[in-house]
Amino acid sequence: MNKQQNKLQALFSNNKKEENPKALLSIFATAGYPHKESLPTVLQELSKAGVDFVEVGMPYSDPLADGPTIQKAGEKALANGMDLPLLFQQLKSVRSELNFPVILMGYFNQALQYGLEKFAKDSKEAGVDSYILPDLPALYYEEKVKAVFDAYDLGVNFLITPESPDERIKYLDQLSAGFLYVVANPIITGQRADFGEKESAFFDRLKGLNLESPLVAGFGISDRETFAAATKDCSGGIIGSAFIRALKGDNIPEEISDFISSIR
Amino acid sequence: MSQYKTNEEGFYGDFGGAFVPEMLYPNVKELRNNWQELVEEPAFQKEFQKLLRDYVGRPTPLYYSKNLSARYGAKILLKREDLNHTGAHKINNTIGQILLAKRLGKKRIIAETGAGQQGVATATVCALMGMECVVHMGELDIARQAPNVARMKMMGAKVLPAKSGSRTLKDATNEAIRDWIPNRKDTHYIIGSVVGPHPYPSMVAYFQAVISEEIKWQLQRDFGREHPDTVLACVGGGSNAAGAFYHFLDDEKVRLVMAEAAGKGLDTDETAATGHLGRAGVLHGSLSLVMQDEQGQIIEPWSISAGLDYPGIGPMHAHLLKSGRATSYAVTDNEAIEAALDLAKTEGIIPALESAHALAALNQMAFRKDELLVLNLSGRGDKDMEAYMRFL
Repeated sequence: MNKQQNKLQALFSNNKKEENPKALLSIFATAGYPHKESLPTVLQELSKAGVDFVEVGMPYSDPLADGPTIQKAGEKALANGMDLPLLFQQLKSVRSELNFPVILMGYFNQALQYGLEKFAKDSKEAGVDSYILPDLPALYYEEKVKAVFDAYDLGVNFLITPESPDERIKYLDQLSAGFLYVVANPIITGQRADFGEKESAFFDRLKGLNLESPLVAGFGISDRETFAAATKDCSGGIIGSAFIRALKGDNIPEEISDFISSIR
Repeated sequence: MSQYKTNEEGFYGDFGGAFVPEMLYPNVKELRNNWQELVEEPAFQKEFQKLLRDYVGRPTPLYYSKNLSARYGAKILLKREDLNHTGAHKINNTIGQILLAKRLGKKRIIAETGAGQQGVATATVCALMGMECVVHMGELDIARQAPNVARMKMMGAKVLPAKSGSRTLKDATNEAIRDWIPNRKDTHYIIGSVVGPHPYPSMVAYFQAVISEEIKWQLQRDFGREHPDTVLACVGGGSNAAGAFYHFLDDEKVRLVMAEAAGKGLDTDETAATGHLGRAGVLHGSLSLVMQDEQGQIIEPWSISAGLDYPGIGPMHAHLLKSGRATSYAVTDNEAIEAALDLAKTEGIIPALESAHALAALNQMAFRKDELLVLNLSGRGDKDMEAYMRFL
């Protein structure tokens, strides 16, 4: 990519320049969960706790890449009355206090119905830095979506799995805006992953491809042990379901600080 | 090339494609790379045709209905898919897909089901082929469809309750997709309709195409006609219509008509008429017409017929409607019931509630003199007796 670095790219490249680069910790939080108004507090507390970047989940009725925990959180959030205009409004209200990149994560149909142009415009205004849209096919993105998002300097981060062939990984590497989202175990979110021999072979293969994008591990990370294992070969790791489970909503600041300190 | 079949990327015009997460990409790719070649092998065709004949009971009759013809002033023929083994057209597809699964080296079959017809058709072919069978079914549907759950179990299938979301067909479909992700190596997913990611819509349509293939030669043999003037079929996801239309898609002389479930009425919230009320969106891996709210959240549809109670429509059908190649009539629950009771009395045939929607659409249509219309009677009504009994 030859243009100026966005916030997300800067995060990875600055960290890499450090003498001892740290494993970047990312948290996925469903907007509107546990309460309709929780998102601003959750983001503020994640920022205070020193999380490196955040995915804000857009709750969806048919989240087929997610496991039961995130699906239930989404159902609750929808029942609470969360929707995209409210999400953008809440994010905007605290964006200036947050010192990390914010990624919006959800399903392509949500962007499509909102209107791609308006989706990108409102995202930008709310302070979104990038997207993860797991069911958006790369080729369709390239042909029909990329130009619209590019106009607002918003990109998409693509998923790769051990079954993705080399050529496809290289293609997704070129297309990804900030990082490649590595699903080391082809499972759905919320299950505890093993990071064993098979995964090592996958990471060895990735090393051999000399990819431009940093790797971020997602799916199956739930505690200190799995975070450490996942970030052995990746620049960072994303925790979703385990965070949702820890977020009861009785005392959000305490729940978040306890959870983050249990990870690193 | 046909303008009503898919391009390389699985699009019918603006609709179709494979909107699946990367975890599903290898599953879809494996099918996409192999299905066409495998089904075109002579050995496959031989086995498929033999099973359709000896096990399913094909060809199904093309029956001239004197009584309906007299009433509507058109020549009305019923394609008797209700006479197939297991009572509907669904088995054409499950036979085809299980033969494909065997050739792909799979040992385990998964399926989604709403009312249980697709589950039964899948359990049937798994029993026949000695394959492990897991059917995902909404928890609510399991409670509502006890006889079909029992049928599946009797044939050795395991029925897993989908407990997420609205606990109905769309959630069972989500669960089946999730099951498939980590189990690709030994598992084939039999989707029951012309929905889902490419290549499912084209593949299911291909297996159902036997319906229009037979209509063609039966028309010639019995009526000396090259083609019908009109083909009429009900549409939920759209598989029986896809099969009945298939060989006439590019023959513009043939009028293609769909009957959709209006439920309690197009102006109510309790409807499933996607072709009328849906907007372009992504559901279960393809871009098609979808029942959804302004935010793209999928709406739970309503129809008295469980087979039409789906918030989407196949991408081919979306394209046929958008391009004007096909038209769609919306039929309410009550109109469907009346049409079913009427066919039972006038012809001695008890149709499935789904097929009754096609019968009821006849009331809304205008006919040229001596117009020859083929109505695809997709299934029989045994499974719907509980609903019918309330009206006797």
